[in-house]
Amino acid sequence: MARLSLDHVTKSFADFDAVKNVSIDVADGEFLAVLGPSGCGKTTLLRLVAGFEKVTSGEIRIGNNVVSNSGGSVAPEKRRVGIVFQNYALWPHMTVAENIGYSLRVAKLDKAVARQKVEDALALVNLQGLGERRPANLSGGQRQRVALARCLVAAPSLVLFDEPLANLDVHLRASIEDEFAAFHKRTGTTMIYITHDQSEAIALADRIAVMDHGRLAQLATPRELYHEPANEMVASFISQGMLLPADVLTAEDGGHCKVRVLGTELVVRCRPGERPRAGAKICCRSADLGVSPDGPGLNGLIKRVVYKGGGARIEFAPVAGPDLTLHFEQPDPVRLESGAQARLRIQSGWLIPAAAAEQSLGA
Amino acid sequence: MPTRIRESRGQEMALTAAVAVVIVLLSLLPMLRLIEEIVAPGGTLSTVAAEAGLRSPTTWIATWHTLVVGIGGTLLAVLSGTLVAVLVSLTDIRGRSALVLCYVLPLMTAPQVTALAWLQLFGPASPFLKLFGAAPPLGTKNPLYSTSGIILLLGVQYGPLVFLLVRAGLRKLPRELVEAARAGGAGWFTVLVTIVLPLMTPSIMAAAALAFVSCIGNFGIPAFLGIPANYLVLPTLIYQKLAGGGPAVLGETAFLSVLIGVIAMAGILAQEMMSRRRDYRISSTSLPAEPYELGRWRPVVQAGMWLLIVLVLFLPLFGLVLTSLVPGYGIALTAKTVTLDNYRFVLFEHDAANRAFFNSFWLSIAAAFFAVVVAVPVGYLIAWGKQRWVRLLNLAVELPYALPGVVLAIASLLLFLRPIPLTGIQLYNTVWIILYAYLARFLVLALRPTISGYHQIDRALEEAAQVAGAGLFTRMRTIIFPLVAPGAIAGGLLIFMTALSELTVSALLWSSGSETIGVVMFSFEQGGDSNYAAAMSVITVAVTFLLMLVTNLLAPYLPSGVLPWRD
Repeated sequence: MARLSLDHVTKSFADFDAVKNVSIDVADGEFLAVLGPSGCGKTTLLRLVAGFEKVTSGEIRIGNNVVSNSGGSVAPEKRRVGIVFQNYALWPHMTVAENIGYSLRVAKLDKAVARQKVEDALALVNLQGLGERRPANLSGGQRQRVALARCLVAAPSLVLFDEPLANLDVHLRASIEDEFAAFHKRTGTTMIYITHDQSEAIALADRIAVMDHGRLAQLATPRELYHEPANEMVASFISQGMLLPADVLTAEDGGHCKVRVLGTELVVRCRPGERPRAGAKICCRSADLGVSPDGPGLNGLIKRVVYKGGGARIEFAPVAGPDLTLHFEQPDPVRLESGAQARLRIQSGWLIPAAAAEQSLGA
Repeated sequence: MPTRIRESRGQEMALTAAVAVVIVLLSLLPMLRLIEEIVAPGGTLSTVAAEAGLRSPTTWIATWHTLVVGIGGTLLAVLSGTLVAVLVSLTDIRGRSALVLCYVLPLMTAPQVTALAWLQLFGPASPFLKLFGAAPPLGTKNPLYSTSGIILLLGVQYGPLVFLLVRAGLRKLPRELVEAARAGGAGWFTVLVTIVLPLMTPSIMAAAALAFVSCIGNFGIPAFLGIPANYLVLPTLIYQKLAGGGPAVLGETAFLSVLIGVIAMAGILAQEMMSRRRDYRISSTSLPAEPYELGRWRPVVQAGMWLLIVLVLFLPLFGLVLTSLVPGYGIALTAKTVTLDNYRFVLFEHDAANRAFFNSFWLSIAAAFFAVVVAVPVGYLIAWGKQRWVRLLNLAVELPYALPGVVLAIASLLLFLRPIPLTGIQLYNTVWIILYAYLARFLVLALRPTISGYHQIDRALEEAAQVAGAGLFTRMRTIIFPLVAPGAIAGGLLIFMTALSELTVSALLWSSGSETIGVVMFSFEQGGDSNYAAAMSVITVAVTFLLMLVTNLLAPYLPSGVLPWRD
């Protein structure tokens, strides 16, 4: 177990920056998820940490050792990291036990000790008695667990997961997710978990690093990401947040300020030190919206009603901003119909910090 | 200040260096030596060798002959190979795998064995014709000792080569393209002529280029059929010059071998240009088209196909076996004359034949073993390497095989005529020079299946071993080799089969004591002892077929297309 630090890490391929100036500190024993849409650089980040790619600039440290900087790179086989690959990468020509015991064999461990460790690892992932099977004769979930046991048997300093659930069917995902969480609790290993699935990241991670176009968009706890996104990308990426143009009318007071959105005034949460400014954005969640037939609110048109079972997802275009689409959930009985006029109230929201503030945070 | 981190890239560097050394030694060095001999023999720029070659009328006659049989053989191979490929791939003909196996077999037998077998079928001494009393009177010229005979046998030998490439192309033909044409009202023949064959142009062109290079580089067939008729092509001209003049004429033969190389390259370039004239790219991939129902024509087509197989495979082999069983030239095979003496003689009594079996077996085993061992790391660098220049490696390894074997043989002679500098080791006139040429020429046969094996393996399997702490050599041994082994070993077996009865290279490199099976077979035939030559041929063919059966056991673990005779 060790902490992992990335310090201003950049990785360029030819003229394309896959990872740009990313700094992350992962505490000893922390579970960090790296989340982002495909092509955001998260897999490159994992390969940099593992040592399959070399940094263009910046520095990576595992524990107290520098493993990568522009001066060179420690080979992957010397880094003592474990990886659970997306497609498991179990060696088809070896049995389950041989797969798990491979790193011990490479380290020339005493055979009896190695056998005991393999047994323990099998027990840890509930695969006792399957040691002599071939990977081809295992189910997807079992293969996943073999891969986990294989990377843990050598007691790595940190474990990297590369979209480990992407190839599993939905109900299996939930149970393996639980296993990962329990596992992290039991072993206390530092874990880096790459995924594009935010529900996975939110359920498992202590903190989440959201990546966008090679940059670190925000590094925060799941709760903070949801409630206080640092920029527009995170706001819209996490749980489909809605972005609305706003003018800040008052300075911050007690974590709130007054803004004007689409011609109506409302109070939103904000960072300390916010001052009045124009051209700001607020982020709303569907839970922040509600129909308000009588009180103040936004007039507009119901564009679409999609029944979801027990309720409906309503899409709404305000008159003041016909190009915007607001969406919210309405529990049964749903009375709104597409094409109807309605009035909507925004109960709350989060003022996205100004870009300059984000810069100082991100760097 | 960035601190320098101690990297452990030693094993990677060692591997790359070792591969580079092997490639330079086996591919680049002989080719460079050959070019040096033409441009600057003895170290000074000179055009003497080239001029002498250009002035000699025999050069031009042999070049003309080479082009005639090369183009003729290619045309025949392309016509027959494409026809068989279309019938086998696009119709509902039965017994497809047996047909493919039998049709491809001539490719697996050495050209001189094919030549010998056919000669035994038609000559005045033919035991086969004598069975029916149909043999022409003794003294009659064998009709195969002619230009058309050489073209016919080249077509038979390399038709399967065209077949394999065109069949691979037809398999990738998406059925929508055929179905769209059918829906547009085109009949089957119209579809074939307007859609299928035009789309197969790149495959057919590539196959034609390959067949052309093989035809003009072939030694066995023009040696057995052309030399008795004094019809010389470039490879046989080189052989005769070297056999008569020894190392003194090496410069002249170097010029001739470069001439063959140039003709081969011209063929490949012509193919490139033809293929670029139009866009033949097939964008979609899908299932192959439904086979065309031959209906009442099916028995006829099938009978025709099997008749072809009987003609090109079974009859010649039958003739070969018959000849190997009669005691002497021109004797008819009866219950009284049948004998195994020829086999006893070549296996146990004749010294040179004995040595040849021994030499060819160990040379083939050594070449196959070496190629398998080298193909795994070379394939690793080519398939998975990050450096761009590594791709040039592939080209360098292909070269000694792509060029006619005569070219490599002459290059090897030039390289080792004098003892190796600094060591004083003499390879010339020893069996080692043949081994060197085999290693250089056949490496690519193991490399190709190995590389396609690499492309089928998920790189994460290696990375998983890497994060488990395994260094490069450990990964090679415990992960990579077991995974690519089936392809590499199948390649090794192909090398063994090819090298066992190889003649083109060893005919120029052999010396007393280092005879190969091919060389002894050739000298028996030249001395009129066809029966002994036939007995040796039957033995090598039997060994080859046996090995093919063994190799089939590997088939489930191989990428498709590695074993040419498997459908």
